[in-house]
Amino acid sequence: MSMIEISDLNKYFGKLHVLKGIDLKVETGEVVVVIGPSGSGKSTLLRCLNRLEEPSSGDIVFEGLSILDDENNDINKLRQKMGMVFQQFNLFNHMDVMENITLAPIKLKNLKQAEAVSVARDLLDKVGLLEKEKAYPAQLSGGQQQRIAIARALAMSPDVMLFDEPTSALDPEMVGDVLKVMKDLAAEGMTMIIVTHEMSFARDVADRVLIMDEGIIIEEGNPQKIFNQPEHPRAKDFLSRVLGIF
Amino acid sequence: MDFSFLGDYKYFFINGTRITIMLAFFAVLFGIMIGIILAMLKISHNKILRAIASSYIEFIRGTPLLVQLFIIYYGLPYLGIQFPDFPLFGQNIGDFMAGVIAMSINSGAYVAEIFRAGIQAVDKGQMEAARSLGMPYLMAMKKIILPQAFKNILPALGNEFIVVIKESAIVSIIGIHDLMYNADTVRGNTYKPFAPLIVAALIYFVVTFTLSKFVGLLEKRMDTA
Repeated sequence: MSMIEISDLNKYFGKLHVLKGIDLKVETGEVVVVIGPSGSGKSTLLRCLNRLEEPSSGDIVFEGLSILDDENNDINKLRQKMGMVFQQFNLFNHMDVMENITLAPIKLKNLKQAEAVSVARDLLDKVGLLEKEKAYPAQLSGGQQQRIAIARALAMSPDVMLFDEPTSALDPEMVGDVLKVMKDLAAEGMTMIIVTHEMSFARDVADRVLIMDEGIIIEEGNPQKIFNQPEHPRAKDFLSRVLGIF
Repeated sequence: MDFSFLGDYKYFFINGTRITIMLAFFAVLFGIMIGIILAMLKISHNKILRAIASSYIEFIRGTPLLVQLFIIYYGLPYLGIQFPDFPLFGQNIGDFMAGVIAMSINSGAYVAEIFRAGIQAVDKGQMEAARSLGMPYLMAMKKIILPQAFKNILPALGNEFIVVIKESAIVSIIGIHDLMYNADTVRGNTYKPFAPLIVAALIYFVVTFTLSKFVGLLEKRMDTA
C-alpha cells in the first residue's frame, strides 16, 4: 500500500476545471517534486491533499484512510500526520517562535509543556535557529520565518511534509538556507511532496518529478529522465523556458 | 454660576457616575460576548446562521435604543419574565439588569460588525496554517484568529465603550440612578435647572476623555509589542 493514493481527483473553481482527473501514488520515504507553469494546478493539488481545498470529486487515501470520508475519519487527526509549509510562511504573528512550535503539540497531542519545549529546541537546532526561540515572526527574516515554519510542522511528527512553493517569497540569498533544511529532511527519509520552481533542487533531491500543465500530470519520472529526455511537447516547452535548453 | 450645591449633593454625582460606569462596563462585556458569537455566525458558511446574524444586526441598528430599552423593561415582565428584585448599589437590581440587557443587546450588534471586520482583516493564511496542523476550526479561531483580531480592533472596542457610556444616559428614563438621573434629581432638589447638568456633562467628558487617552496608550504599547 502506498502512503498516499489519489484517484481521479477533480477540482473546479466555479466553472474553471483546475484538476482534471489526477491519479497519483506516493510511497513512504519518497520525495516527489511537482513543477509546471503557474496556473497549472500544482498548488491546488497539494492543498487538496489535506483538504485546505475541498476536492470536487475523486478520492484521496492517506495511510489507508480516505481523507474525504468524514463519517469514519477525522480530518483533523489526519492533518496532524501531514505537515504543511506555505509560500507565505504563515507563522502565528501574535506568538513567539517557541509558542508557534509548541502550541499544536501541547493542544493536540497533549504533550507536557516541558516535553514540547524540548522537542521544539531539537527542531530549532536542526533548522539552525536555536537562538531565536523568543523572537516574534515580525523580527525574523523571510528565510528564518520559513525555517521556523518547517520546525513548527515537524513538531507534530508528521508522516509526510507538503511544501507549497516554500522559497518563492524569499529573497534570493535566503533560499539556500531553506533548501538545505529540506535536503536534510529528505536525507532522513521524510516523505515529501514539494511544489517548487527550484529546478536544481528538483534535480538533486527528487526521487520523482511530476510536470503539471492545465490540470493534468503531463510528464512523470526520475529527474534524469525528466530533465534530459522529456517526451511531452508541453513538458519540453516548459523546461526549455525555465532551463533554457532543448 | 453657583456650584455650592456640590457640598450637599456630591455623593449623588459620585454614586451616579459609579452606576453609569458599571452599567457601561457590563453592557460592553456582554455586548462583546454577543458580538463575537454574531460575528462568528456572520462569517460561517451556513446560510441560515448568516441570515440570523444579519437580521439581528440590521434590526438592532435600525431601531432606536429607547424602543429597545422599553421593550426589555416593560415587555419582558409583561411576558412573565421578571427581573429578580433585591437591593444592590442602593437601588433595584431589576431595573439595573433591564438596562444592562437592553444596552448589551444593542451594543452586541455594533460589536459584531467590529469583530467581523477584525476577523476578516486577519490574513487567511493564519487559519490555513492552524488547520493544517490539525486544529479544529473553533480552536484555531480561539487561539489564532481572535487574539489577532482583538488586537486589531481594540481601539474600535474602546470607542464602543465610550459610545455606550454616553448612550447609557438614556436608562435614567426607566429610573436607574445613573449619573444623568441623579443630576436630574439634584436639579429638582435644588431648584437649579442648569448647573447640575454642567457638572454631569463635565463628568461624562472626563470619563470618556480619560478612556480615549487610555485606549490610545494601549494601542501604542501593542504596536511596539
